[in-house]
Amino acid sequence: MEITDRVVAPLFVLAAAALGMGVGWGFFFTPDDFRQGSTVKIIYLHVPSAMMAINAWAMMLVASVIWLIRRHHVSALAAKAAAPIGLTMTLMALFTGAVWGQPMWGTWWEWDPRLTSFLILFLFYLGYIALWAAIDDPDTAADLTSVLCLVGSVFAVLSRYAVLFWNQGLHQGATLSLDKEENISDVFWVPLVIAITGFVILFVALVLVRTRSEIRMRRVHAIEARERMA
Amino acid sequence: MRPDLGQYALEVLLAYAGSLALLLGLIWVSWRQSRFSRRRLNEAEGRRDG
Repeated sequence: MEITDRVVAPLFVLAAAALGMGVGWGFFFTPDDFRQGSTVKIIYLHVPSAMMAINAWAMMLVASVIWLIRRHHVSALAAKAAAPIGLTMTLMALFTGAVWGQPMWGTWWEWDPRLTSFLILFLFYLGYIALWAAIDDPDTAADLTSVLCLVGSVFAVLSRYAVLFWNQGLHQGATLSLDKEENISDVFWVPLVIAITGFVILFVALVLVRTRSEIRMRRVHAIEARERMA
Repeated sequence: MRPDLGQYALEVLLAYAGSLALLLGLIWVSWRQSRFSRRRLNEAEGRRDG
């Protein structure tokens, strides 16, 4: 908790700087795409939020496995704390994708493999948060949500790799690639990577803040339980 | 300062405004939750120690 108190403020400043630089650079100083026009500027929000939606679930998966094996309470609370952030990122990816898709594909929504798997991931986030809220006993809630997280990981993986093994969808292939030929042009790539860095730092800062809040509330409930027994 | 967004200005601005609202909402809720939990913990520890 003391470490969190010390690092949170600098992390928020770093996140704001990276987001401001990456997204601001992308919005104000990058050219239009020859085919997609100015809608390409949505990439600085859509790609980082979609990546964080999947990575947040991956982080929750690791924390859930640690809980199931080691019964480490902070890991269960960290997974719980990350879920609303992942939900927001998934919603942001779906929203920016729909707004981008309308002028490019002529539709807000298509039952494309990647879009559909992302919608299912969104529903899993909702279910995960609802399950935590529905169960009073924190250890039982942690057990059940951890199992749900394991099951939902299938859709997180599908969301990540759907474009690689389902080619019939409308969604384009991966934006970032280690293959120079397939990767986007440097003029878009540099601000995009800075924006992704900003999203990652913001995610870490928010997880720390929310986990600290969960730990505090766990202590409050423990004190109140002792007061009731006394 | 605003770049020329051409015929897609509405879509681009909508995407940025919506995303900004979601991010600011998430940060605000997290910050409020943090303040609430700190206050509750201080009160509970005050009762226990006092």
